[in-house]
Amino acid sequence: MSSTTTRPQRLAARAWLALVFLFLYGPIVSVVVYSFNESQVASVWTRASLRWYAKLLEDRELIDAGWTSLVLAFATAFTSVVVGAWAGYVLAQYRRFRGRTLFTSMINAPMVLPEVISGISLLLMFVGMEQLIGWPPGRGLATMWIGHVMLCVSYVAITVHARLSAMDESLVEAAKDLGATPLRVFFDITLPQIWAALISGWLLSFTISLDDVIMSAFLSGPETTTLPLVVLSRVRLGLDPEVNALGTLFIVAVGVVVIGQGWWVMKREQRQARSLGMPNGMSSMPVGQRPAPFS
Amino acid sequence: MATTSTLIAGTKLKRFVPSGRTLVIATPFVFLLVFFLLPFLAVLKISFADSRLGVPPYTPLIAMVHDKLTLHASLTSYLAVLTDDFYFWSYINSIRVAFVTTVLCLAVGYPTALLISKANPSRRAMLMMAIVLPFWTSYLVRVYAWIGILKDQGLVNDLLLRLGLIDTPIHLMQNSFGLYVGMVYSYLPYMILPLYAYLVKMNPSLVEAAGDLGARPWQVFATITLPMSLPGIWAGSLLVFIPSVGEYVIPELLGAPDELMIGRVMWVDFFNNIAWPLAAAATCVMVVLLLLPMAWFQRLQDKEAVVAA
Amino acid sequence: MNAVPRPPRPSNAGGEDGFLRVEGVVKRFGPATVVDHLNLSVRRREVFALLGSSGCGKTTLLRMMAGLETPSEGRIVLDGEDITHLPPYQRPVNMMFQSYALFPHMTVETNVAYGLKREGVAKAEIAERVADALELVQMRAYARHKPSQLSGGQQQRVALARSLVKRPKLLLLDEPMSALDKKIRQQTQFELGNILYQVGVTCVMVTHDQEEAMTMADRLAVMSEGKLVQLGTPEEVYESPATRFAAEFIGSANVFTGTVADGDAARIDCPELPSPLALPNAMNARPGAEVTLSVRPERITVALANGHVPSHADTNQALGTVEQIGYMGSYTLYYLRLPSQRVVVANVPRGVLMAMPQQPDYGDVVELHWSPRSLVVLN
Repeated sequence: MSSTTTRPQRLAARAWLALVFLFLYGPIVSVVVYSFNESQVASVWTRASLRWYAKLLEDRELIDAGWTSLVLAFATAFTSVVVGAWAGYVLAQYRRFRGRTLFTSMINAPMVLPEVISGISLLLMFVGMEQLIGWPPGRGLATMWIGHVMLCVSYVAITVHARLSAMDESLVEAAKDLGATPLRVFFDITLPQIWAALISGWLLSFTISLDDVIMSAFLSGPETTTLPLVVLSRVRLGLDPEVNALGTLFIVAVGVVVIGQGWWVMKREQRQARSLGMPNGMSSMPVGQRPAPFS
Repeated sequence: MATTSTLIAGTKLKRFVPSGRTLVIATPFVFLLVFFLLPFLAVLKISFADSRLGVPPYTPLIAMVHDKLTLHASLTSYLAVLTDDFYFWSYINSIRVAFVTTVLCLAVGYPTALLISKANPSRRAMLMMAIVLPFWTSYLVRVYAWIGILKDQGLVNDLLLRLGLIDTPIHLMQNSFGLYVGMVYSYLPYMILPLYAYLVKMNPSLVEAAGDLGARPWQVFATITLPMSLPGIWAGSLLVFIPSVGEYVIPELLGAPDELMIGRVMWVDFFNNIAWPLAAAATCVMVVLLLLPMAWFQRLQDKEAVVAA
Repeated sequence: MNAVPRPPRPSNAGGEDGFLRVEGVVKRFGPATVVDHLNLSVRRREVFALLGSSGCGKTTLLRMMAGLETPSEGRIVLDGEDITHLPPYQRPVNMMFQSYALFPHMTVETNVAYGLKREGVAKAEIAERVADALELVQMRAYARHKPSQLSGGQQQRVALARSLVKRPKLLLLDEPMSALDKKIRQQTQFELGNILYQVGVTCVMVTHDQEEAMTMADRLAVMSEGKLVQLGTPEEVYESPATRFAAEFIGSANVFTGTVADGDAARIDCPELPSPLALPNAMNARPGAEVTLSVRPERITVALANGHVPSHADTNQALGTVEQIGYMGSYTLYYLRLPSQRVVVANVPRGVLMAMPQQPDYGDVVELHWSPRSLVVLN
């Protein structure tokens, strides 16, 4: 906070933020807490137990659906990253080409379009296609896969486009000057620059796919169903404490990934510092601020 | 080494082989055309069809009737969607709900984004991560958690009863209250993120200059900070408003059973009533309704790209 | 900035001419012509500077030599080979970029090795040549560092090593000193010059800093609006500027316009001066013809006027009032206003100033003298 804020102002600010975080994390905490609740009636606490986790492990329907969701999420993430990065690269590299406005609209629109619209339209198209050319044979993994990818492609394309636009053009020119063909330039220079955008795009696509309800509902088939769809049908029928256990597992998984990433970044810092003989934390300091044994 | 004749043949063929550049542009373009544009054409086509029993549950556009190609297009679905009170109020109500949600998200999100943007850089990153983190956990589970908190035998009522503040449980869900709690909860990050991005980019010396020229803190906010963050406000609002119009899960789980939201109506038409042409027509009308906000959002994105360049 | 011509540096100037030839090169961007029918020729192993202010086309010309732009017309020939349309990765040319453009995700070593790897050089040879190149720029100890961990000067050295390690036929430098602090610029100029001399590579550099060009180049070309204004050694361009632009761009100049006097073609009538300017030789022009002349501030001597104005037929003189004094340490600039309201700048070295019985102060009336030989005809 700036030094010109008064104490009551700072207090008010902290109180507000605390409330907001209470609002955001309250449900998450309640999910975790109640996943260990013995009672069947989820809202009344009796005593701690792992009952629901045990039930989860035997829940064939949930496990099968979970497996499907995982496979779908991986497929979606990889496909979205490839297609999205490709689209983002096109946007950044080619300032003018026929149909560029249409191209950008098709990339920006899905970001805000209500999912029911995307879901219905894809489903109707698939049905029509099936009538016309026989593919896709009913709805299932393939159609859901495509639907999920269409949800995620925009995010990846936009982040990659932003990252590429901000990239120093002279790096590409320097590589060409040193003898790299355009393809080599892409792999040696461009790709490393957008790496972070690709990773975050992958994670985002994975999450969106794993979590998706509406698109999956429209595009799933009689044989295939996803975890969120199973959870939704159960929740509509009434509260199911197993869902708390499932939710807690998700939360723990996310927590592990986030902490793991932070730990990995820290370890990388340490490795770099050690290889240069500098004390920890210094290798990322700007040169001007470091003590100067190397002049 | 190639002989002269193969060289000539090669160069002649080159005219027909698409250049590297064309291939690079065309691949994602075709992908998007097939899986984004084509579906809309499919919806359009089916919105002009009639419902019927069978697979698929709608009449074909072009068919052979008595050995003659006939066009079968009907406006019944559109008539229903546009004239039926039920649909009309569903659209109106959806827009109303989306609007209120947007305003609420703004009311909660703007101060939050502002406060975070004023914290020192290391704190800022951590705070923003803390805001975004819940988004990475299952959305469905979190909405489900709210049921447990808000229902008549839920956490809040339980607490209030025990504290003696109320005698009978107050209805916190299956009504507008539950609906808006759920909506704001889900869409808050979409408001905070663009707002924060704009607020953080603001030049701090502008605030200092205003103060130097005699503006008091609230004046600085009203005349400098607020106007300069306007693009962020628009971006966040559109990001919340447009998808909210078609929201299904939250109204279904937390809202009143008779809450008319167009997302629910379309779902029911599609899955329960198998009235695909009706759902298709409803979709088209919804797209038309949302075209203006979506075009506005597109313009904002383009401006952002120009500024960043 | 007053640049005093420096004594000759160790240089490789004088190699075979026409090693790099720019022939009738034109570059247009839409309606604008950025490079306008430019011709020049660079000698083997010489250091050649393209000098001019922003927008004059020098950077575009450099980029065309690198292959990052293609000429709209004309051609570029290097060591007998027409490279006009060759892509940059096929030219025996390497460039050191203004921003250094070091690849941030690679170490210093890997950066320098990059070009050799693209050539397909054997691993052992790469290691050896990279070590040599880093040794040359004294960055061997930083081989494992990442560019973000280096200072500006260190990054520049790595960028230089990276462009030299491939032993290009032509080395291009894009504003090499622009990103450095003023203090280390001079030292770096000498160091860079020495390295270029040692390596013996033909070098074309672009700069807007005339001092840099004068220090480092064997020959330089002054450019303006896409055209070549003057080409020559630093001494030639400084002492004998071809146009008013050249005179004012390199060093500073007092420029006078006048007409050839009736009856004496060695005298120029100048409305701003009390008496006609005396030239060392008669001009080959009709009486009344318009002439532009310049005289360098350091050629004007200044002395406090004692009331009388000695008039010598064979020297140029005037009276002026001291309006501004710029104390620069090793020299002092006097801005003198003549009765005609014209301001003339005189550069007085410290030694001369200290030897004066009394130094001119604000408002003092002083005598200005300059010899006929100090005048340069510009048109």
